[in-house]
Amino acid sequence: MSTIDTHNAGQHAHHEGSYLTPHGGALATIWNWATTIDHKKIGVMYLFAIMFMFFLGGVAALGVRAELWEPTRVVTEVVEGETVTSYTGQVLVNLAPIVPGVESEGGISAGMNIYNRAFSLHGIIMTFMVIVPSVPASLGNFFLPLMLGAKDVAFPRLNLMSWYIYVFGSIFAVAAVVMGGVDTGWTFYTPYSTMTDADHLRVVFVILAAFILGFSSILTGLNFIVTVHKLRAPGMGWFDMPLFVWAMYATAIIQVLATPVIGITLLLLIFERVFHVGIFDPRMGGDPVLYQHFFWFYSHPVVYVMIIPAFGIINEIIPVHARKKLFGYRAMAFATLGIAAVSFLVWGHHMFTASGELAAMIFSALTFLVAIPTAIKVFNWVATLYKGSIAFNTPMLYALSFLFMFTIGGLTGLPLATLATDLHLHDSYFVVAHFHYVMMGGTIIAFVGGIHHWWPKMFGKLYNERWAIVGCVLVFIGFNLTFFTQFILGTRGMPRRYASYPDEFQFLHQLSTIGSWILGIGFLIHLGVFVHSLVAGRKAPENPWGGLSLEWETESPPIEHNFHHEPIVKHGPYDFDTVQPPHTDPAEFPMPEPLRPGERTH
Amino acid sequence: MTSIETGGNPPQHNQQPPALSTEPRWKRQPFANHWRSHAEDFDACKIGMWLFLTTEVLLFAGIFVAYAVFRMWYPEAFANGSHHLDVHWGALNTVILLISSFTVAASIRNAQLNQQGLLKINLSITLVCALLFMIIKFTFEYAPKWAEGKRPGVWFSYPFAADPNEHIWWSLYYTATGIHALHVLIGAGVLFVVLLKSFKGWYGPKHYTGIEVAGLYWHLVDVIWIFLFPLLYLIH
Repeated sequence: MSTIDTHNAGQHAHHEGSYLTPHGGALATIWNWATTIDHKKIGVMYLFAIMFMFFLGGVAALGVRAELWEPTRVVTEVVEGETVTSYTGQVLVNLAPIVPGVESEGGISAGMNIYNRAFSLHGIIMTFMVIVPSVPASLGNFFLPLMLGAKDVAFPRLNLMSWYIYVFGSIFAVAAVVMGGVDTGWTFYTPYSTMTDADHLRVVFVILAAFILGFSSILTGLNFIVTVHKLRAPGMGWFDMPLFVWAMYATAIIQVLATPVIGITLLLLIFERVFHVGIFDPRMGGDPVLYQHFFWFYSHPVVYVMIIPAFGIINEIIPVHARKKLFGYRAMAFATLGIAAVSFLVWGHHMFTASGELAAMIFSALTFLVAIPTAIKVFNWVATLYKGSIAFNTPMLYALSFLFMFTIGGLTGLPLATLATDLHLHDSYFVVAHFHYVMMGGTIIAFVGGIHHWWPKMFGKLYNERWAIVGCVLVFIGFNLTFFTQFILGTRGMPRRYASYPDEFQFLHQLSTIGSWILGIGFLIHLGVFVHSLVAGRKAPENPWGGLSLEWETESPPIEHNFHHEPIVKHGPYDFDTVQPPHTDPAEFPMPEPLRPGERTH
Repeated sequence: MTSIETGGNPPQHNQQPPALSTEPRWKRQPFANHWRSHAEDFDACKIGMWLFLTTEVLLFAGIFVAYAVFRMWYPEAFANGSHHLDVHWGALNTVILLISSFTVAASIRNAQLNQQGLLKINLSITLVCALLFMIIKFTFEYAPKWAEGKRPGVWFSYPFAADPNEHIWWSLYYTATGIHALHVLIGAGVLFVVLLKSFKGWYGPKHYTGIEVAGLYWHLVDVIWIFLFPLLYLIH
């Protein structure tokens, strides 16, 4: 038994309602949500805001892939004795009349202009507004206090403020899009970011949006660090915490230490663009490479802000759905911290071709270090699965997809960290495929898996398992079709960020584009499953998967103050071999049989 | 007294004794209901503020790195530029900020000892110091230099510059001191709110979280200036 009186709590069960219980009429409810300081409501609001931004970024990605259906070129034909000139690859050109700053009759160049804006939009939205906040701000906000047995995060009002800052920053970005978009790429490299669209404020808006979103990120991170330090339930030591909490903690440290640097960088960039202070302008004695150092000093660690929470989710999904004690808990916790530490030392590998030889060698060597803790994690997950009783439901399928794709993403990082091979592969589709395998095949896949894992707890409704699995399989197939082809394209020399390509690449590009459609359909199915669940889903039990961490002790959905009584922790979060999960029937979730003599593990 | 954080629900661990309206505010100050005690709440706020100060240090670290890079590249421009700054005004501002740091520290002590009168006086002196700092900065430092053409980047029009890259120096000078000045203003704004609350009796022994964290922030503003002053004014 893990809490003193989980069952006594049942007597009070109707004393306090679920956090989703409406307060009065529609207006009152909206006001209640808009001013809530309940971490669960803020987590849910983040979840929907992030899903909306994911939709916007996804549409831009589909546009990019559509444009790449055929190469852009001038075709001269002789039709009935007359020479006719036409263009191919003009999918996006029909948008030209409605995009400010793009000449509507420019033929190929108008299409390419819009292509640049589409991939910049995709990159900016997906990094700053989707992947960076995705897991910590939504699932983290909702489950960190629950897993710690706390009533809320340390600073609830700061938490609400961070949501408003996020929305405010996103509005700036969306405003820039409505005004015509930017073609700086998501990295805002100078001079693209200081000289393009000089007559317009769009670029400033987008940079400002990233700056503002940084505050939201810092506040969330700060909140989580203090929460983990001060609000663990009685009996919960550091090594009794679920690894999702460890992941949130490591992420929060990176957020707090790295984000201010992007803050000052973007501020200097705005000064550079608006006031022409010259710091990043070589014509005035400034240094554009300094901008790149600053940018990657933040943006490399932030790659781990994106992926570490995904590790955390996989750490929860695999033991629960394989009904097996997690292999190597402490190794996992230290590997998480190790990745966070190494993350600050490798920013130079984004600039191998822009830095000196010695620096490149040092950064290359340091980059290989990242492979060690991540490999520890992957081996531990596989070891956890070994001889587990695996339930092939949506969360587990997503966790398995994660293992597959993240391993590909991680291993393809090694040739990029190797100077000799990087010379050939840098700025090619190989890089694009690599980071999509990590960022999307890793983070987004784990995120969607985590949403399914915790959906019954968050909303108290079950989702349709069959259709969710269909969605999951489509996402898996679509993703690999989209991006594995890009590895091949990259090794053959297809450079990234180009709107056109030689004819011999067309087949692979078309496969990739078809993959993006399958991917889109997969996500739409998930959306349908979620909506169906909210509208007509069956009521979820308290503990549908037989989880052991504290969030499964409370009701589904949780009551306003999370727990009827403060839980007291008496077992680890993964002790499936010794503890019957709360609210479960031993017939449905049997404990493993005792070990036979000579047997060391189940 | 229902906790301000409960959203109308009965607090569970936060049953405050029925308050007498004649008691000063700090004695009936509630703490948010997810904490077990005032001490926990206070500790958490302090950790939170220290973390925030870390982010501020890292924010300025960017400027210091840019400073280091460009000083290494253009030592002449930096030496020449620095000579145009008036050490006396810089030193006076340093002294003013040091005094204000002392008074803000003293005001925290005043709160701990329940010296309500001294508390308000010390906070007011701090605010006056902040105001003096800003006046000196703008009236005696920025304005004359701007008028002479010692401006950042493309706006640099000082005709007697000895080094072709002096505009970089002025860019960094205005950026660093400007962002610092912004922090002075923010700190002064926070301290002003603290002062208003102190008139309503918010702070007293064991209940001085607000003034403590505002004080921490103010010390940071001071420390940043302690680094900026020699780097900008005292180089050759």
